[in-house]
Amino acid sequence: MTESTANPVDAPNAAPGRPDFLAVRDFDFFYGKKQALFDINMDIPEKRVTAFIGPSGCGKTTLLRNFNRMNELIDGISHTGEIRLLGQNIFEKGIEVIALRRSIGMVFQKSNPFPKSIYENVVYGLRIGGVSNKSVLDEAVERSLRGAALWDEAKDRLHESALGLSGGQMQRLCIARAIANRPKVLLMDEPCSALDPIATVKVEELIHELKQEFTIVIVTHNMQQATRCSDKTAFFYLGKLIEFAETQKIFSTPVQKQTEDYITGRFG
Amino acid sequence: MDHIVTHAPDFFHDSQAESTKAVARSVWNRVLSSLCVGLSLLTLIPLVSIVYLVLKNGLPLLKWSVFTQLPPAAGMVGGGFGNAVLGTLVMVGLGLAMSAPIGILSAIYINEYAPSGRLAQAVRIVAKLLTGIPSIICGVFAFAMVVAASGTFSAYAGGVALAVLMLPTILLTSEQALLGVQSAFREASYGLGATKFQTIVRIVFPDALPAIMTGLMLAVARAAGETAPLIFTALFSQFWAKSLSEPTASLSVLIYNFSTVPFPHQIQMAWTASLVLVAFVTLANITAQLAFSKKQ
Repeated sequence: MTESTANPVDAPNAAPGRPDFLAVRDFDFFYGKKQALFDINMDIPEKRVTAFIGPSGCGKTTLLRNFNRMNELIDGISHTGEIRLLGQNIFEKGIEVIALRRSIGMVFQKSNPFPKSIYENVVYGLRIGGVSNKSVLDEAVERSLRGAALWDEAKDRLHESALGLSGGQMQRLCIARAIANRPKVLLMDEPCSALDPIATVKVEELIHELKQEFTIVIVTHNMQQATRCSDKTAFFYLGKLIEFAETQKIFSTPVQKQTEDYITGRFG
Repeated sequence: MDHIVTHAPDFFHDSQAESTKAVARSVWNRVLSSLCVGLSLLTLIPLVSIVYLVLKNGLPLLKWSVFTQLPPAAGMVGGGFGNAVLGTLVMVGLGLAMSAPIGILSAIYINEYAPSGRLAQAVRIVAKLLTGIPSIICGVFAFAMVVAASGTFSAYAGGVALAVLMLPTILLTSEQALLGVQSAFREASYGLGATKFQTIVRIVFPDALPAIMTGLMLAVARAAGETAPLIFTALFSQFWAKSLSEPTASLSVLIYNFSTVPFPHQIQMAWTASLVLVAFVTLANITAQLAFSKKQ
């Protein structure tokens, strides 16, 4: 049932991975009676960074949170259309939401490590999945903390509380926690907005490395961050996808006027 | 001082026309501040006087033997109220064992599972109403349910009465404790693929536990001092309890009994029992505040 969809947007230097790793088809989303997303269609490519930009309230975080069905924690929501991971609709009846959320990890805007030790934070996703073998957990901790560029800073204090870390370290811990599950996709909702510039640089460097292993979708308010970090950028406005193209192209020669107005700061 | 009004405004002094108003403002400010301080000190008076009286009258007879000996017969001296101390501990313990699981699990349901549902709303309203229930009604309820049904006064009946008393407090403080857990933690847990049950057991409950324990201690402190629920459920006994299904002594009922007899020794005993009870309640409250405060 895998459709090979012709990618409607430009894709020069085609990436080696699947162009429609995560695909959105005719997707409408409602908070109760209020429609928040209108007929979204997009293909998110594998192992590249896709950025969602747009003014506040445009629906970018709403769409992001649909990818791992986190919006279902809210009462009264509904949707039409499909979101497909590797061709399979994530909203299908037989799908276990828990398994889906292990395949699609999320890093939140404000870092939220559990009030437990660093070690226990990283292995949380594995423990709830039933893994209790200590050597497996130890290996996962080292792999994830290295992957999040936190190993050197954390290796001597693995069993100390995670709340003793600095803001930037806590966010990298949340990234480590998310990648410990070895997800296929990593969703990041404004991961640097609560961080100082130095910590932001570290996380952005991290994103460059992580995309070798994970498909990344990042919501950001900071357009410079989008140009620094992402390969493709999607511009949303009032719940609609206005333009979706290679980052270089969208920021230099946007096709839609609204895109150009937002990028040049005429509104936002 | 020179109050000539110039074109440049003087930032540090009120102009002459304003100076009397300024003085009045300052005086009124001091009066009200002193009033606040004074009334705050006034609120300490009842507490300080109770502690003072209880210590003054109760200390003379406070010996180890009061915890190990039985109440003296009318007119006799010596003895203690060991059975009453034990009875209070046992019945409060029974009450806690019955009300804590129900209260905590109900709080988990109304906060985590269906917070906006009708059952949750009903439970909240009823719990709040129950906090205002006169404690003697708890005793009446337990009398009808346990004493009349079993044909005997008992520690079980006393425990049930105290449980009814403690339940709304435990439920409401547990709900507050759960509300105090940051929703960010729950989100992170669900985002990693946890079920609701796993999230509650691994993240929410441990984080709320200190505040829940505080609520339990406060409920215990209140129940330990109640007399009305025990008067016709556990009644009283001059002897050590041999089982839980017979009339049982308690500190509060002992104080009540001994204060109303015309024997000075018994009255003195009542003061000492009051001292023990106040000490226990204070200790429970302090433990609740200090031992279970969250370390940030």
